Amino acid sequence: MSSNTVWIMRDYARCTGCRRCEIACSLYHEKKIWPEASRIKIFMLVPGLEVPHLCTQCHDYPCVEACPTKPKALSVNQKTGAVIVDRDLCISCGKCIRACPGHVPFLHPGDNKATICDLCGGDPQCVKICQEARYDCLRAIPYPVGQGEAVHHRVYAKTPKQITEGLTELIFGEKMEV
Amino acid sequence: MRGYAGKFAEVDLTTGKVSQVKFEEDLLRKYIGGRGLATKVLWDRLGEKWDKVDPLGPENVLTIFSGPLTGYYPGGRVCISGKSPQSNGIVGSTMAGEFAVELKCAGWDGLIVTGKAEKPSYILMKDSSIEVRNANHVWGKDGKQTLLTLSKEVREEWNKKYPSREWREPSMIYIGPAGENKCRIAGVQGKFAHGAGYGGYGAVMGSKNLKAVLARGTGPLPDAADPDKVYKMIDEASKSLYTNDIFRRWGTGYLGYAVGNTQSSEPVRNWQEEWHDEKSFSVDQFESRVWVKRYWADFGCPTACEKLSVVRVGEFKGAVTDNPDYETQAYVGTNLGIFTPEANVYVNSMIEDLGFCGIQGGNVLGFAGELYQRGILTKEDLGGIDLKWGNAKAFTKLAEMIAFRKGLGDILAEGTYRASLKLSQIKGKDLTKYAVQCKGVSIGAHGIRSGLDYPQLMSYPCSVQGGDHTSVAYLPVTHPSSEHVTLLQDSGVYCMFNQFTVTPQFQIDFLNAVTGFNISFDEWFYEDAKRILTIQRSALLIGGPDASWVGVDDNPPRFYEPLPSGPCKGKTANKNEFEKMKNEYYKELGWDGEGVPTSKSLKELGLEDVDKVLKKKLKL
Repeated sequence: MSSNTVWIMRDYARCTGCRRCEIACSLYHEKKIWPEASRIKIFMLVPGLEVPHLCTQCHDYPCVEACPTKPKALSVNQKTGAVIVDRDLCISCGKCIRACPGHVPFLHPGDNKATICDLCGGDPQCVKICQEARYDCLRAIPYPVGQGEAVHHRVYAKTPKQITEGLTELIFGEKMEV
Repeated sequence: MRGYAGKFAEVDLTTGKVSQVKFEEDLLRKYIGGRGLATKVLWDRLGEKWDKVDPLGPENVLTIFSGPLTGYYPGGRVCISGKSPQSNGIVGSTMAGEFAVELKCAGWDGLIVTGKAEKPSYILMKDSSIEVRNANHVWGKDGKQTLLTLSKEVREEWNKKYPSREWREPSMIYIGPAGENKCRIAGVQGKFAHGAGYGGYGAVMGSKNLKAVLARGTGPLPDAADPDKVYKMIDEASKSLYTNDIFRRWGTGYLGYAVGNTQSSEPVRNWQEEWHDEKSFSVDQFESRVWVKRYWADFGCPTACEKLSVVRVGEFKGAVTDNPDYETQAYVGTNLGIFTPEANVYVNSMIEDLGFCGIQGGNVLGFAGELYQRGILTKEDLGGIDLKWGNAKAFTKLAEMIAFRKGLGDILAEGTYRASLKLSQIKGKDLTKYAVQCKGVSIGAHGIRSGLDYPQLMSYPCSVQGGDHTSVAYLPVTHPSSEHVTLLQDSGVYCMFNQFTVTPQFQIDFLNAVTGFNISFDEWFYEDAKRILTIQRSALLIGGPDASWVGVDDNPPRFYEPLPSGPCKGKTANKNEFEKMKNEYYKELGWDGEGVPTSKSLKELGLEDVDKVLKKKLKL
């Protein structure tokens, strides 16, 4: 990995649920406001517990590992560390979704191909808009390679349900199943 | 056609039939969407028999509309309308959230609901698919339970059925028990504590056996006419809204103290006073004691004026609500003599769970509180409740009786106006003088007596939405506080709280950039807005079956009593001045001395059909 790689750090309790990250993401990638095609999605399984959900770039990339095509439709961009999807090679099998501990990849609502955050080539738009609004829920930080246990991505990659259930304790003061 | 999905869905709950409705571009240009279009649709369908239509009967039509600006203009909302069980006219009632964005992404500009389902039902819209489903298992459940139950069920079903992704929750509007029991003060709700309260459309949903509508769309927003300009304007609006620091930090929540203390226009103990100096109720107390989420926003909003409140300790532990915003700080706070954040959050939380609009609910509770204070209602009348000012648990207990129509609750469920008539009869004295409402709609928490708040003397009496504080008659009509500007927001369907740093012209330009309509400033204010308001006014005047409003435009009696306390002590609304402004307003709108739209004006607006019906119904 190069030293220019970034990772999007997220602070769930600071998410306002405004979804302007989805607007920014879809405008950048789709030239439209298209929340469902956004590579970052805000889940609101419980109102007030909005959860930004996007790729965490696991060190061992289980989604890439699981991709069955030859050559693989999924690969890692060496400059950014993002998972890149070759849409011509993708067969829409959904194996990457199930391989991801957080079920982050999704089949695009337009072309039905696997879709994953590409970090906008290293300058993520979702982070920009969140920072511009001074919410600081999303931050782009150097990809923490070699920082030992500080950010263990296999732990960080969780389903919205798992994250939300944790937040119920923090916000409502009691554990809720969602 | 730009900015629109191009079609509306219609569900007849009596037959279960689902169909599509389309409107021509020239009609949409005149009526835009949301409240404007609802007015047109309701008038076309019900106008000729308006006085006969029971708002709580199957013949009423419920409209749930987006607008062309929904999802584009920062701060998405949805607009709900129908024949109002409060005013018997048309009220456009909006609520923030993602619902209408989901509708548009699903390919629908709105949903029209007619008839009445045989059994409790909910409607599920997923892209082009629309299903009416059984809601027996959530009927009777409170707001939060309803939302969490249905959201989870549907999400889990989709995750199983469509493994293409982890499915997000559908966006939802729903009613609580108050809506199910057709309380006229019931709102339509969303998320936690979001509500379209004015108008009483929760009762309309209840009368149709409709517990909830869920929507999820996976498509993009419909294309805008000039996308580059629209994206530039979103950016421009957002950057200017960022500068509104106080509003971003506190929302309307800082007003709970400020409006009372500095403007003397906040309802205190059913408007007996409009001033207080309770620093326990200032925003820093809310912020440090109950706000667990200090910035909470709805779709595309750069302001985040919502806050999430949770009481974590003490006797009200477990209460959850939004902000509370100023209106409910006032209406289920100061108006009930409650001046502590935790108690205010508690009453909010309870009445939202029951399915009330915070304003209508707080107004009727305050009305009952004053009757109790005066000894007109006794503990016995109230089923043993000691309804003393400030007793949060007593007021929520009464709210429960209202939601389930138990005892006196059955009368109060009809709303302050109708309850005051009924109780006057029962008690043998005039109690309408304690009812602070206009046209059956509770007046928002901004009084007129001190003259220091934004509403003018004729703002409520001349509004086509009665006591609705978000839609007030105002001179000049081009002022940002005017009903004409609110109508633009309610028809484009976006949030009025994101207009503070931009002009009405900016919003018209935004509308044009999305739709390509090229509507001019003058056309909006003197033709389009006037046309819509005139239809709303006509429907209101005809009213029926149980109320109509010809020649009764006036402030509630309370507003002519002198303020008893505070720096504005002694000030009151001047009746002569009011009459003068009322007539000026009528003239501006093309209405006669009784406030009836003139034939000349109706013809100029191309409303010959309205003219004909109005003449016949009002026997002119």
